[in-house]
Amino acid sequence: MNVLVCLKRIPLAGGTLILTPDAMDIETKYLGFGISPHEENAVEAGVQLVEQMGGTLTLLTLGPSDAEEQLRASLAVGATRAILLETDGQEWDPQGTAAALVDAINAEEINFDLIIFGAESADSAGYQIHIRVAHALARPIVTNVKAMRIENERVSCERVVPGGREYYEAPLPAIITVRDGLNIPRYPSVPGRMQARKKPIDIKKAQARIPKLVKLNLTVAPSKSTGAQILGTGIEAVPALVAVLKKIGAI
Amino acid sequence: MSALPSKAKCVVIGAGIVGNSILYHLARLGWKDLVQIDKGPLPNPGGSTGHASNFIFPVDHSKEMTAITAESMKQYKERGTFTECGGIEVARTPERMQELARRITSAKSWGVEGAGLITPAEVKALVPYIEESVILGGYYQPTVGVVDSLRAGTLMREEAISMGSAETFANVEVIGIDVVDGRITAVRTDKGTIECDYAVIATGCWSPKLAAMAGASIPLTPAVHQMKDIGPVPFFADTKGDIEWPIIRDMDTNMYERQHGTGLEVGSYAHRPILYSAEDIPSNAVAALSPTEFAFTQADFDLQDEHSYELIPSIVGDENVREKYAINGILSLTPDGAPILGETPEVKGLWSAAAVWIKEGPGTGKAVAEWMVLGQSEIDLHASNIARFHDHQKSAFHVKQRCSEGFNKTYGIVHPNEQWSSNRNVRISPFYQQEAELGAVFYETAGWERPFWYESNSHLVSKYGEKVMPRTAEWESRWWSPIINAEHLQLRESAGIVDLSAFAIFDVTGPGALALVQKVAVRQMDVAIGRVVYTPILAQNGGFVSDLTIMRLAKHHFRVVTGGAHGMADKKWFSDQLPESGAAQIVDLTSAYTTIGLWGPKAREIAAACTTADMSNEGFKFSTCKVIEIGTLKVLASRISYVGDLGWEFYVSIEQGAQLWDHLWEAGKSHGLIPVGIGVYGTTGRLEKSYRAYGAELETEYNVVEAGMQSPKLKKEDFIGKAAHLQHREAKPVCMLVSLTVDDHTSKKSGEKRYMMGKEPILSAAGDPIVDAHGRRSYVTSAGSAPSLGKHILMSYLPTDLAVVGNKFLVEYLGEQYPCTVIEVGVTPLFDSTNERILS
Repeated sequence: MNVLVCLKRIPLAGGTLILTPDAMDIETKYLGFGISPHEENAVEAGVQLVEQMGGTLTLLTLGPSDAEEQLRASLAVGATRAILLETDGQEWDPQGTAAALVDAINAEEINFDLIIFGAESADSAGYQIHIRVAHALARPIVTNVKAMRIENERVSCERVVPGGREYYEAPLPAIITVRDGLNIPRYPSVPGRMQARKKPIDIKKAQARIPKLVKLNLTVAPSKSTGAQILGTGIEAVPALVAVLKKIGAI
Repeated sequence: MSALPSKAKCVVIGAGIVGNSILYHLARLGWKDLVQIDKGPLPNPGGSTGHASNFIFPVDHSKEMTAITAESMKQYKERGTFTECGGIEVARTPERMQELARRITSAKSWGVEGAGLITPAEVKALVPYIEESVILGGYYQPTVGVVDSLRAGTLMREEAISMGSAETFANVEVIGIDVVDGRITAVRTDKGTIECDYAVIATGCWSPKLAAMAGASIPLTPAVHQMKDIGPVPFFADTKGDIEWPIIRDMDTNMYERQHGTGLEVGSYAHRPILYSAEDIPSNAVAALSPTEFAFTQADFDLQDEHSYELIPSIVGDENVREKYAINGILSLTPDGAPILGETPEVKGLWSAAAVWIKEGPGTGKAVAEWMVLGQSEIDLHASNIARFHDHQKSAFHVKQRCSEGFNKTYGIVHPNEQWSSNRNVRISPFYQQEAELGAVFYETAGWERPFWYESNSHLVSKYGEKVMPRTAEWESRWWSPIINAEHLQLRESAGIVDLSAFAIFDVTGPGALALVQKVAVRQMDVAIGRVVYTPILAQNGGFVSDLTIMRLAKHHFRVVTGGAHGMADKKWFSDQLPESGAAQIVDLTSAYTTIGLWGPKAREIAAACTTADMSNEGFKFSTCKVIEIGTLKVLASRISYVGDLGWEFYVSIEQGAQLWDHLWEAGKSHGLIPVGIGVYGTTGRLEKSYRAYGAELETEYNVVEAGMQSPKLKKEDFIGKAAHLQHREAKPVCMLVSLTVDDHTSKKSGEKRYMMGKEPILSAAGDPIVDAHGRRSYVTSAGSAPSLGKHILMSYLPTDLAVVGNKFLVEYLGEQYPCTVIEVGVTPLFDSTNERILS
């Protein structure tokens, strides 16, 4: 079983977002970077498949050289190797990104039985890359997977839709996109970190393509007041606290 | 919550452990109308207090830091926020084992009980999860503990508020600090302006930004300290508390490991220095976590993972023990590693309490509050005094350079004489070139490059042979040369020329000048024009603030000369006494004049060969100064001596310094003149003469009588500290400063001769610490060679009844004890006791 998981390095915002002066990007100087939560589920799914069935788990990303940090972090939880398609740091449009990923996948000697994406990236949420890649590779794709199983060269998937569930089956090689609930991603251990440092990362220069989609600018949604309401102090606050807990159904 | 007041006596900016502690102690000392503000929420406003690892190791090689830490531990304990767990510093190298022995020595000097060296097996018994094969031993300190700094701070704040003396306002951000005529008048915030007499900046890594609002400078930099919490650890599954196991400091890898609940926290000072500026720290709103918790950068921690794995493989190497939490936490670093405390020299009433670690927080709060309210603190804070910085040391460049260099020394083995390598050659004397050609080995003081000894004198080492007291042990040979002692002996035989450019020089002028210097100096300053007066400078409590020399150059003109290292603090002390009327002024002439010392039996002949002025004993008496001509140069010559031989200090315009050097050098050739470094000037010369040094013997914790420096008659004029000084003169001193010689230098372990370097404990013949009636321990204030005596000299305060010539003691050095004997009590010189050489 050879699995490929596609990742994207994204800024991890926790507080109020601020933009760069030209309003084209999120200001990241105060922020750390990581991968999207759904991609953490994707990595975990890949790790579990390889643990259960053997084979390899390859990571693929397109991004700046610093994206090695995200690849190493995922290698630390059990991936086998990684490919970094290195850009000059500019955000690519979905068409260009998908084409670069397809080229890289086609250039691989390994024929990936399963390619897993996160359902969407947490920063831009374009919902395009996986579809474009599946189309280009002429592979079946199941999106928004919350549970899955591999049997007899087929992947069985469970999707959540409004009001119920859908079950699909697709022949391998296939592509799925996953979301939270599929599994509980593991955190790295120190030995995992140490092993990750020795795992191979193929770094290839990604040839920029002329974007067909042009970003005009970003705006930040006006923040809702997050002002805390003080219920009281000491023992006097208990009735109000109980009322709130009841209201939200905690008790 | 009430509205932000429009007036306050003092605004305390910051509600971390330092701000809360200052608030409490100001209230305790009786100040009212205190207003505390913080831009973040309470109880954790988002500064470094909120993410600190909170453990305290009580021993530092610095007496000041150890005392502040001890006071802090006491306050944490009083509030039930201290959990004793013990701590072990482990050594992976023999050099570290020696350093741990030195730590224990410091523990004894500063009165920290319980310190002891233990074997790897004993370490293993205390922390069974350690891999003992990678260590050679450890220093176990059972009194190490972990504090709840947020809780302690909250309690202190609440105590201040309950006294009715203080109000606290969260989510209030300072937007400006108003200064009128050099004095703070108001703190402006986003919620309104507070007029105030005082403000304290206790805002940690934000402090430089706040100070800049007032035109002041707090030269620190925010820096990253990485830590990673892993768990759950099966071995800790049954632990109930936050901390139950001893904390391990893996000194040689600059790391620590501590149990934290069911996890293991791994912290590091080993990674590359990652420095920010105060402006880089995000607001609470923008920050992903807290403003002072930046995203962990794993690549910087890669090596640390391996080091922690080596030491604790059973936990760190467990695949199922996973990273729970990891941050790049922000702390504050300063260019010399010491905190930044005290009133800013730029703005009256604006105080700094910055670059303070958790272990120092409450003690610092108490000391700074005492300083504000009483004029001095019980614990001498001279190493932390914000006024210590010279201009270049306040530059962002200097701060970044030195903090980058210093960061990885956090757990380092730092030799007492170790020199910085970054940002050197900042201040160059006018005869630097001549010195360099003579093979000067330069040390730095206050940015000045000063020759410590000259390689050109190396031939003198063989001339004097064993008299140079050669050292074989690496530790005390480091940053030392036998050439120092050879220069000393040659100076005593012929003469030496000494670069004293690092002196801080400032003139006090105007019709109010006499009144000002009288008020500051202990000695009589209403002396004849041309007199040179060496005088102690006292705090209100009669302890030492400084000792320095003042020349009276005219009726309304005094020149103050003091050491470079402490010069800026002295200048502030004098400036603080300037009259409102403007009747006196202070002008810093440090960079206008250079100084050359010329001393030795041949000094008079050499000087006389350069000038037509009368340099005879009758024509130029000791303790006087006058302007003489040397070639075309007008030179202020001052006949004093810190080395114990006949001679002068020559002051000349800095652009003419090189000429003066050349004149003296040329004249000295036929008289055996040699260049002499600061190794002689600062140590060997003065120790033979029983001269005291500020910062070593002289501190606010000791008084003039204890130092043996009281004059027979006291001037009738008032001066700062006079009332206390009068009491000290009338009472029997509790301790006396003595000189001791070491009777036998031979190490029982190695057979080598070992030479103490200072700060070692003086112990009774039975090996017990010696404590005076005020609780002060006896320790070596200064140590060094006395080549003319062929002895190694130690100075120490001893309880008065023990301070008797001939009394025998032990001095502990690197874990071994050596016999020593009192040879002098008081100031009588060991060499040339009648001062004939100086006075004739």
